[in-house]
Amino acid sequence: MTAADLSDERLRKPTGLRGSATALVDRVRAGELGMVPVVAGLLVICVVLQILNPIFLSSTNLVNLLMECVPVGIIALGIVCVLLVGQIDLSVGSISGLSAAIMAILFVTEGWPAWLAVLLALVAGCAIGLLYAGIFNRVGVPTFVITLAGLLSFLGLQLKALGSIGSVNLPFDSGLVEFAQLNFVPAWLSYVFVLLAAAGLFVVGFLHAAKRRTAELSARSMRFLLVRSGVLAVGLGFAAWYLNRTRGIGWMFVLFVALALVLHYGLTSTKWGKAVYAVGGNVEAARRAGINVRLVYTSVFAICTTLAAFGGVLGAARLAAANQSSGGGDVNLNAIAAAVIGGTSLFGGRGTAFAAVLGVLVIQSISSGLTLLSLDSSYRFFVTGVVLLLAVGVDSLARRSRTTHGRA
Amino acid sequence: MATLQLSGVSKSFGAVAALTDVALTVDAGQVVAVVGDNGAGKSTLVKVLSGVHAPDAGTIVFEGREVTIQGPAAAHKLGIATVFQDLALCENLNVIENLFLGQELGPFRLDDVAMEVRSWELLRQLSAKLPAVRLPVAALSGGQRQTVAIARSLLGDPKIVILDEPTAALGVAQTAEVLNLIDRLRENGHGVLMISHNMADVRAVADEVVVLRLGRNNGVFDARSTSSEAIVAAITGAQDNVVAQRAARVQDSTEGVEQ
Repeated sequence: MTAADLSDERLRKPTGLRGSATALVDRVRAGELGMVPVVAGLLVICVVLQILNPIFLSSTNLVNLLMECVPVGIIALGIVCVLLVGQIDLSVGSISGLSAAIMAILFVTEGWPAWLAVLLALVAGCAIGLLYAGIFNRVGVPTFVITLAGLLSFLGLQLKALGSIGSVNLPFDSGLVEFAQLNFVPAWLSYVFVLLAAAGLFVVGFLHAAKRRTAELSARSMRFLLVRSGVLAVGLGFAAWYLNRTRGIGWMFVLFVALALVLHYGLTSTKWGKAVYAVGGNVEAARRAGINVRLVYTSVFAICTTLAAFGGVLGAARLAAANQSSGGGDVNLNAIAAAVIGGTSLFGGRGTAFAAVLGVLVIQSISSGLTLLSLDSSYRFFVTGVVLLLAVGVDSLARRSRTTHGRA
Repeated sequence: MATLQLSGVSKSFGAVAALTDVALTVDAGQVVAVVGDNGAGKSTLVKVLSGVHAPDAGTIVFEGREVTIQGPAAAHKLGIATVFQDLALCENLNVIENLFLGQELGPFRLDDVAMEVRSWELLRQLSAKLPAVRLPVAALSGGQRQTVAIARSLLGDPKIVILDEPTAALGVAQTAEVLNLIDRLRENGHGVLMISHNMADVRAVADEVVVLRLGRNNGVFDARSTSSEAIVAAITGAQDNVVAQRAARVQDSTEGVEQ
């Protein structure tokens, strides 16, 4: 007996591993690119940079690169949420700078406990998001303009807060700085994490497949699940082993991945996540389906600005200082570029939390590679700009291809 | 007793009386078509019933109780589901996600298996021809999208389904598909209120035709025994127009042949 969801005679029935592979190729051809371009791009960038400078893929450099990813990566997670509902936040850089300043002043100048200073910086970030959403929902000013205003205003506030000092140094022996610079996962624990990830993926997949079979629906084969978990275990295991040859994996990076996983769960497996995609796809349809559209916008902006504040705090901890240029320069555009390069559509309704992770890896690889070649920031800006344009170009072409293949 | 009974329903927007003293009944297992020219008040009637507009006067009796419909959610709760002309589907979401949009099972841990099973049940109930439910709605044809929209309206197990111009943008085959669907709804005991411009479609599935003209009732016809010309005449309100004249000429000539 065929499963209920495969009983239509018009449906091609991919079976087994080969079927899954063909289905993937078909999807990519039709413009459902998902993670393919960014993974391919990352490989190309790694190969090119490695040829130019053999230090690039060294364990030391990669350890450093992963740590550098985290602040911008966390900001990019928030950007993904905002892009999913078809809006934009241009002020994440300023918010991260402001929150870094708030945290540093409270912690160092005022002598507050670190956790309280961080918490207040996050609350300030969240409040900014609520303010944005309030203006957007009630007045209807485009978020492009609201956040552009925010970019300037909060930069002003940051400069004002830092005032005459201009820079606040965090003590090197504080927990925050140690967390961002020196705390690494012990080697044995990193392998435990790898095994847990592979086993977790298998168990979740197995239970889901079992549930589908009981409901008489098609399900992934046991072999597919085993191979998938095996590939993940080998891949992550190799990465962990390579990084563990030097300092290993920073706890801060683990935190970033954990945040990405939480956001992924929220977007794919909760009612809220479906509402976010629905608002990004068709606001009017979402409203008529009884979704509280304003609440969705509010939640998304609050998440984005809170994550931006968190990224700013971690950035300051990594630098061991908050100064007038914290969150300035390319932080803003790097975060947005990371989300887009990772495959989040600027048109709304498409993208995943992992887009931020992969995208920020691309951005940081370029940055790190060019620094290794002793090229200054002028080259970095230029190359990052070209990569961003390529990513958006791929997105637009894929969109066109989806239209012709009836998947838009 | 009729499932839905309207009497004396009026609604005006400023100085314009969109509906005046309109009466209408829909029984379970009955397809009632509402026809009328542009500006006849069809859309206003749909909006009154779906809770978008509150009527100025008149009574709505639903299953023997007089009700006031406060809003779209209240209409849905009562058991009146509306499929609007623009369908309001999210193209980036798949069929299951669209069917359950806003009423997903398990808010903090979506039960996608249960939702998929229920989706197939609904679609099978409509004998709908969808090859897969994990396709994004963007991949579906106009008729298939209409199917999804109608299936979604059935989720809350409504007594009355209102379809606003269900065949307006569809091709021949797709129109037939949707008309089959409407027939299915009737067989499953739903009362169907269908707004349409298309006389052929109306005569194909409707049991009763309610004509609106300039916001007023202009006759209720039995869809099987009444000629299209008579209905068109009621819609236009004029006995003297091209359609009526030709109809009369045809009538005369056939009578002439018989004599």
